[in-house]
Amino acid sequence: MLCVSELSCSRGDRRLFSGVNLTLSQGHCVHIEGDNGVGKTSLLRIVSGLSPAAGGQVAWAGEPIQASEAYRAARMYLGHALALKEDLSALENLQFDAAIAGRPLSVLDASAALVQLGLRGREHLPVRVLSQGQKRRAALARLLASRAALWILDEPLVALDLPAQTQVCQFLQTHLDAGGMALVTSHQPLQVSGAHCSKYRLQA
Amino acid sequence: MNPYWAVLRRDLALALRRKNEVLTAVFFFVVVASLFPLGIGPEMGTLRLIAPGILWVGALLASMLALGRLFAADHQDGSLEQMVLSSASLPGLVAVKILAHWLLSGLPLVLLAPVLALQFDLSAEAIGVLMATLLLGTPLLSLIGSVGAALTLGVRGADVLLSLLVLPLYIPALVFGAGAVQAQTAGLGASAHLSILLAMLLVAALFTPWACAVALRIALE
Repeated sequence: MLCVSELSCSRGDRRLFSGVNLTLSQGHCVHIEGDNGVGKTSLLRIVSGLSPAAGGQVAWAGEPIQASEAYRAARMYLGHALALKEDLSALENLQFDAAIAGRPLSVLDASAALVQLGLRGREHLPVRVLSQGQKRRAALARLLASRAALWILDEPLVALDLPAQTQVCQFLQTHLDAGGMALVTSHQPLQVSGAHCSKYRLQA
Repeated sequence: MNPYWAVLRRDLALALRRKNEVLTAVFFFVVVASLFPLGIGPEMGTLRLIAPGILWVGALLASMLALGRLFAADHQDGSLEQMVLSSASLPGLVAVKILAHWLLSGLPLVLLAPVLALQFDLSAEAIGVLMATLLLGTPLLSLIGSVGAALTLGVRGADVLLSLLVLPLYIPALVFGAGAVQAQTAGLGASAHLSILLAMLLVAALFTPWACAVALRIALE
């Protein structure tokens, strides 16, 4: 269970947000909304453990995330930078990513994930020849391949066409049904059943 | 495939797909080391005297040329974030990246040095010592340089800043590296110089990955 308490964040002298409280239990998803520049990405980076918070804390199963070994294996962060190597194929990217994250993946599983995201026949092309949306799909294939309990997704639906958006929402639903958790920012509505998903409006 | 092996494989695979980046540093070394004999003329005594210094400075500049891209590409495309978030230890992953960097930009210099040394009429013994110093010295240069590369990550004008930061730190390696060959030609034996280089290499191998990891975390904040 993820527990965010009294979290605040500053950039230089400017306070972005403060007093953010969130609780995320198994099978739930929080959709974070807010205007541009209000600090959604900063919030996700703090929760994922990439940036330190100005105040407050993030706890996983009652333990602060900085000290939690379990959290390292449980979270999966997908930000604006897709972490794809342009010279490698989508398949190689997916396999290296999984191995570096500590969750090795067989070629079969990796290509199955890519096919599910509509990249059939493009698994072996270098990522640089893919379109923006296809790159995003290749990056999102990581979600299917991972067994992480907590998905932290920063604008996962950007650049995707409508069918792909629906598909990603379905993946999210499946993940939640299986007892997973997710923290998502998105300007598009998330088509996830209401019981699972609550909205949080981030304000300065 | 464990995380460390994966990072090594990925970096080597990327370098093979984009060979020009590796070859640039190697050709730079060849050209720099060849310009001096052409400029100075066929004065064997002088060439023998200046050979170790020139080959070492050439290797040092060539290895610095490649430093900029050690972390920059990973930083830009977000792979660095994923490495920081990995359950593997960041200093370990950084050490593997430095190893990959050395295999691609340091090891070729070690292998090329004897060929280039022929232009300077170095004796076989001196060439042997030169290779030994470069074998110990180039990984040392990669390790020291990696800290500079991590500290200047994401900074504007990083390349110039990087050389200002790193070149002074290369001085001990240069002094003992070039000094070893001179000591050998003077009949003093190079073992003292080589021991000091090895000691510096071991200390750097122990501490620089941690320093890099800290600097990378700061760069990502």
